[in-house]
Amino acid sequence: MGNSTTAARLVEVGVTINGVEHRMPVEARELLVHFIRSRAGLTGTHIGCDTSNCGACTVLLGGGAVKSCTVLAVQADGDSITTVEGLAGDDGSFSAVQEGFRQEHGLQCGFCTPGMLMAATGLLSTNPDPSRDEIREALEGNICRCTGYQMIVNSVRWAAEHPDSAPTEGSAS
Amino acid sequence: MSLVGARVIRKEDPNLITGRGVFVDDLDPSGTVFATFVRSTEAHAEIISIDTAEAEAAPGVLGVYTFDDFSELPRVPGLPPELAPLHRPLLANGSVKFVGEPVAVVVAMDRYKAADAAELVTVEYSPLPVLPSIDASMAAMADPEGPRIHPLLQTNALPILPAPEAPSEEFVNAPRHAALRIKNNRCSAVAIEAFAVVADWRPEGLVVWATYQAPHHLRNQLCAFFGIDASECRVIAPDVGGGFGSKINFYVEIFLAPELSRRLRRPVKFALTRSEAMVHMHHGRAQINEVEVGFDDDGIVHALRVHTLQDIGGWPDHTGLGLGVLTSAMAGGCYRIPSVQAWLTDVITNTTPIAAYRGAGRPEAAFLIERTMDIVADETGIDPAEVRRRNFIQPDQFPWVTPANPDLAVYDSGDYPAGLAELLRILEYDSLLSEQAKRNVDESQPLMGIGLSCWTEIAGFGPPGSLEGFGHVGSWESANLKVQPDGSVLISVGLSPHGQGTYTTMAQIAADELGIDIDRIVVRSSDTETVQQGIGTMGSRGVAVCGEAVRNAAIEVRRRAATIAAHQLEANPDDLEVVDGGFQVKGTSTKSTPWRDVALASFQNLQLPDGTDAGTLDHTVFQTVPNFSFPSGAYGCVIGIDRETGAPSIERYVCVDDCGTVINPLLAEGQVHGGVAQGIAQALFEEVTYDDHGQPTTTTLIDYLVPSAADLPDFEMGRVVTLTPVNSLGAKGIGESGAVGAPPAVVNAVVDALSAFGVRHLDMPLTPEKIWHALSTHGTEV
Repeated sequence: MGNSTTAARLVEVGVTINGVEHRMPVEARELLVHFIRSRAGLTGTHIGCDTSNCGACTVLLGGGAVKSCTVLAVQADGDSITTVEGLAGDDGSFSAVQEGFRQEHGLQCGFCTPGMLMAATGLLSTNPDPSRDEIREALEGNICRCTGYQMIVNSVRWAAEHPDSAPTEGSAS
Repeated sequence: MSLVGARVIRKEDPNLITGRGVFVDDLDPSGTVFATFVRSTEAHAEIISIDTAEAEAAPGVLGVYTFDDFSELPRVPGLPPELAPLHRPLLANGSVKFVGEPVAVVVAMDRYKAADAAELVTVEYSPLPVLPSIDASMAAMADPEGPRIHPLLQTNALPILPAPEAPSEEFVNAPRHAALRIKNNRCSAVAIEAFAVVADWRPEGLVVWATYQAPHHLRNQLCAFFGIDASECRVIAPDVGGGFGSKINFYVEIFLAPELSRRLRRPVKFALTRSEAMVHMHHGRAQINEVEVGFDDDGIVHALRVHTLQDIGGWPDHTGLGLGVLTSAMAGGCYRIPSVQAWLTDVITNTTPIAAYRGAGRPEAAFLIERTMDIVADETGIDPAEVRRRNFIQPDQFPWVTPANPDLAVYDSGDYPAGLAELLRILEYDSLLSEQAKRNVDESQPLMGIGLSCWTEIAGFGPPGSLEGFGHVGSWESANLKVQPDGSVLISVGLSPHGQGTYTTMAQIAADELGIDIDRIVVRSSDTETVQQGIGTMGSRGVAVCGEAVRNAAIEVRRRAATIAAHQLEANPDDLEVVDGGFQVKGTSTKSTPWRDVALASFQNLQLPDGTDAGTLDHTVFQTVPNFSFPSGAYGCVIGIDRETGAPSIERYVCVDDCGTVINPLLAEGQVHGGVAQGIAQALFEEVTYDDHGQPTTTTLIDYLVPSAADLPDFEMGRVVTLTPVNSLGAKGIGESGAVGAPPAVVNAVVDALSAFGVRHLDMPLTPEKIWHALSTHGTEV
């Protein structure tokens, strides 16, 4: 986005994203998803709606999956966030969830995928062995228009069955 | 090992699962500013005044523009000259035709400031009579003085395919008749990435990034629009977040963004919000089908008559005009109906334009004929599976020239009885029928319904003339294949994929012909400056047309490489065979040469045989196909219905597809799943609606119910294979099958469950409320 010097009510915000702090003044009304995409330049997190229904903007905030269009950037001041760019290991190795989506064709166009990956990662952190129905319920807030979801469910099951392929846990904190 | 037919995981995925994909709104070339629309709040009105002063003075605003600022520019392209009154202006010119129509454009430093300023534009309207539906628009036509949405056109209805003068003899002589009026609900494609475009009119030429399915097509249209050379205009479709037909339309911002960039001398971006996309991006379906069927006591169908009324919205789209032609051509479905009379009226309404949505005219055909077959079964008391079996076109009757439109639809191949038999086997149909008989008399259990859908559709667009009819430069597809000096391969395709896995399937096809490791084959597309003229991705044409282009390019490059290899091995080219990684003299592994050596030699004059030029391992094919292909299938749905609430629940969904040769079963299944999900969504959840004043009532994903993972079942998959003679691969195309075949199976299942309550038909979507009303009123219209 452009220069905001003319905007009213700028607030200093510092958010740590994938281990790197981004600190700058932003408008109080700025959504976290726009902060991530436009201020931090991390465009892997997507926007698919304006009513918090689609989940394309899902990130991990404090370890849990959150739709970053439902949070103002100022509300995340001082928080640590993991986005899709932070999922792979330092050596570039895919996380179990990333690898599961690849192995089981859990994506087609890939636009909802970052949100799906983050929601699935959040699910497995609290429920490492979810049933197919539990996966469907947990991903209820993420819309995919391409896959019909069955292969996304397969992908999450693949990740649950191959936890060892995950990189070091806890990169969000 | 043959890779065609193998479950190869996708080349596309690593970028997309790491956030390294690049979609249009991810791009911000230096100096990019943001443009947004002021949209009509009225469905039909004259514009009295537009006051932009306050918006122009708002912080960060670079300009506010109305029609008058662009009056010298052409209209949106696509429609034929005889429909001049329907040629759409880039912004509303004195009147508005639907809610959401762009009235003004605001350009500002960022999207927040643009949205703020758009709120400050004041538009004064004088309302006109609103015709928000086919019925309202046709009713107005009954009155010579009634409202006309485009007064210069003097009509709201375009008779695209004229009605026959009289019913056919077969129809008149049929012993029994039935009629059905079907509303095929208006849907939104809802690609999760909404429409977005960035234009940068630089001193050296115009660059446009657009989320689009046919970038070369767009480039050609932009050049004609602005009167510039194709060689100074570059269109790039980067990663594209779903299309489903909604990204081959000429949205006005495609033309406004370059013009604004030219005037402001900086890149200009439009990126719709979802609420904007729901009223701005063209919708699909939106037909009424008036069906009459003539049949006999044995359930044999003698004749079909279908009048399709296609809603085309307030500013008709050129694709939308022709959708009903495809519906009409396919009205007879899988059946050897001796007489099919199908005609088409396009109807202008005060709604968002209608254009292609996954299946584009064929889902409507499958729906009407499959509902009709169940009506025939109901009227004759013959089982729906048996009625279908008795009427099928038989495997030895191909090519089948459909009486509905012999010029357009000549079915290539199929085995419909085998598809249905496989479906019934997987369903265990007989035991399902017994279970249903028990359940439906047991008040403690949900009602149970079984629905069948035996469908065929048009894929592999298409033979010469087919896509030209929709404004494309040709109906072929192109592929360039070049071997690099190290023996790796770069393939450029004229397709423009957005989720289909094209880079993987095309590499599989080439790998088999060349004997080169698939990991050393890279496929690229969607950039008009680096890829030869192409057509694009639509109409289930990727594998059937472009796959054939890639195969033929690979065969020619292999032939040329064999002459170089033969020169190296001092052998006759005819004595060579391709093995993994190179060539060898047939059966003699000691006399071999690897691709790496052949590839390098192909660039070295001193290493080449006489008469062979350097760079010879580079070949482009513009692949023409002689006909469409006609995939088919048999889908079955078992549904449970809560007797108290009317809530339907899909208990089983079985898909038996015949798409001919399958290149990659993983990807083919993915296509079917996605299409079936959209078809089930149309049947149960989704409908774009307007109130009586033309105000849209489904402008968000709260009101327009796109199903989530929790709303859909796991699908059971089956397969029948009949090869198409249309291409050497035998592949028919699979992209739209699911969306074509799925809705009637669901609706037939629900109607089957409700038949004891006197229900004969219900229009989609089958919401719990609609089903509950049907249960409580015993099928009387509500």
